[in-house]
Amino acid sequence: MEVTISNIRKEFDRFPALNDVSLKIASGELIALLGPSGSGKTTLLRLIAGLDFPTSGKIFFGEEDASHRSVQDRNVGFVFQHYALFRHMTVAENIGFGLKVRPSSTRPARSEIRRRVQELLDMVQLGGLEKRYPHQLSGGQRQRVALARAMAIEPHILLLDEPFGALDAKVRKELRRWLREFHDRTGHTTVFVTHDQEEALELADRVVVMSQGKIEQVGSADDVYDRPGSPFVFSFIGESSQLPIEVKGGTVLFQGQPIGIAEASDGAGELFFRPEDVELVDAPDALFGKVTACRRLAGTRIAEIDIANDGHAPYHVEIEVPLHAPVELRSDLRFRPTRWKIFRK
Amino acid sequence: MSRPPQFNFRNPADERLPVKILLVLLALAYLVFFLILPLVSVFFEAFRQGFEEYYAALIEPDAAAAIRLTLLVAAIAVPLNLIFGLAASWAIAKFEFKGKSFLITLIDLPFSISPVISGLVYVLLFGANSVLGPFLKSYGIEILFAVPGIVLATIFVTFPFVARELIPLMQDQGTGDEEAALSLGASGWQTFRYVTLPNIRWGLLYGVLLCNARAMGEFGAVSVVSGRIRGLTNTMPLHIEILYNEYNMVAAFAVASLLAFLALVTLALKTLLELRFGAGATGGRH
Repeated sequence: MEVTISNIRKEFDRFPALNDVSLKIASGELIALLGPSGSGKTTLLRLIAGLDFPTSGKIFFGEEDASHRSVQDRNVGFVFQHYALFRHMTVAENIGFGLKVRPSSTRPARSEIRRRVQELLDMVQLGGLEKRYPHQLSGGQRQRVALARAMAIEPHILLLDEPFGALDAKVRKELRRWLREFHDRTGHTTVFVTHDQEEALELADRVVVMSQGKIEQVGSADDVYDRPGSPFVFSFIGESSQLPIEVKGGTVLFQGQPIGIAEASDGAGELFFRPEDVELVDAPDALFGKVTACRRLAGTRIAEIDIANDGHAPYHVEIEVPLHAPVELRSDLRFRPTRWKIFRK
Repeated sequence: MSRPPQFNFRNPADERLPVKILLVLLALAYLVFFLILPLVSVFFEAFRQGFEEYYAALIEPDAAAAIRLTLLVAAIAVPLNLIFGLAASWAIAKFEFKGKSFLITLIDLPFSISPVISGLVYVLLFGANSVLGPFLKSYGIEILFAVPGIVLATIFVTFPFVARELIPLMQDQGTGDEEAALSLGASGWQTFRYVTLPNIRWGLLYGVLLCNARAMGEFGAVSVVSGRIRGLTNTMPLHIEILYNEYNMVAAFAVASLLAFLALVTLALKTLLELRFGAGATGGRH
């Protein structure tokens, strides 16, 4: 189901947790809400679910205004961060709960519930564990029980709060792939919250980057990584360095000196570039600084460089250097960004 | 072949044997002197003149009336405080509101003031010189020196038991399970019935047992409001005291032994539940 969030504002004790947030989620899409803690991503998810209500603004499910509908009436599948499995119920009872509590007019027969539970157990690959209690399951299994329980009510939309947060790294990777396949198979509109950018970029069709109660950028993994729309997105996603610069006559000046790159419009700004988008040069018009540390990072080598700043603390940048030509500590290095972005002040 | 030198490794938290024995004996002596001996002597005194006398003391009309009254008061006070305790801890643990810490302090009030004062409060409220007392009396409603007063005083004194047991438990469990149930379409009542209540059942039971033990055993507050009318407003503890003051030892200890027996049953029940449902039973945590 298509979900439209329109000019949502949410205050907690006068403090705005969300400020004028609008977002359109297409039917069948897999969306990640990505941001640091306190960015409002979980609040947004809970507002969509109806576990909280907005101070102002509206939420539409399809064409229908769902803003004032209770969580029971919204028919959303919500997977909680710590799963919130009912500890005194077996796996089967947990999964069947949403069907069991329906009013008698729409409640399926007992045998039908049992059949549905079995089906869901198979879907999340937990067949044979229906008699277990939550505390007898591993973290990954609990996660999938929570998912099956949420799916049992045939939700319009599936919402997951930090779905992999409580799992160890290996299980997390497996489940991530598994969730993607699960989504492709069932085609449910899915929104999940995460603070892990790798997770968001790998899993989601579109990533919603949030900061301080606002949406900074919405786009595909390529969009937010290659074409960050704001300084926050540039520095939050991936590695980056930033330097204050000035553009004069189409040339970019750093500390008053040209650094060999061009930009159209004049004025002061902040230059952002990624470690891998840098070339070492042997020219006077370039950035230069002293190598303070050099570290191997998987298939690359990263040099940390201090650029002198006339009596103040030096600027710190990180660039990728060739693996085969290790750089010496405390040597001078000249380099230019090959791809960059300037954000105006 | 020389054997490697033997080291005497000692658990750092361990003590030398004489110290161990001394500490254990001290603890045992303390236990025997302060807990077991008095309890045994109650039963010993009660049966001193044989079972016949013991039985006679229990079926004596005034004693029987006291037993009935005690059971009646507990049967009214415990369910009321069960409901109140549930409601209060639900509100405190699951919701944020102004004056919450004040409410918690208020719930603790009966613990912190002397039971005698708890009784006096009702005398002031419903006594002959109060506003409410004569007013109610004109409608034929007797509070003081009657069963309603005893019930009120007992409720007041046993007020915190259930709530005190449940508040930390429910706060610890948070609202996640309830939210999950609601999101799955459960109504408020279904959520309470299927999720909240099972999560707290052992804590609740423990609170009720403690509440019951105190409701049956309360002396101070009840003695102020009861008026001690034999066969009418005497509860078991009050009756025991009267018998004792009349040097009727066998009867006093017979009723006392019954009261002690009820308390022991309560404790045994609790222990049984703990054994049956594991160490986490009384705490309700997993």
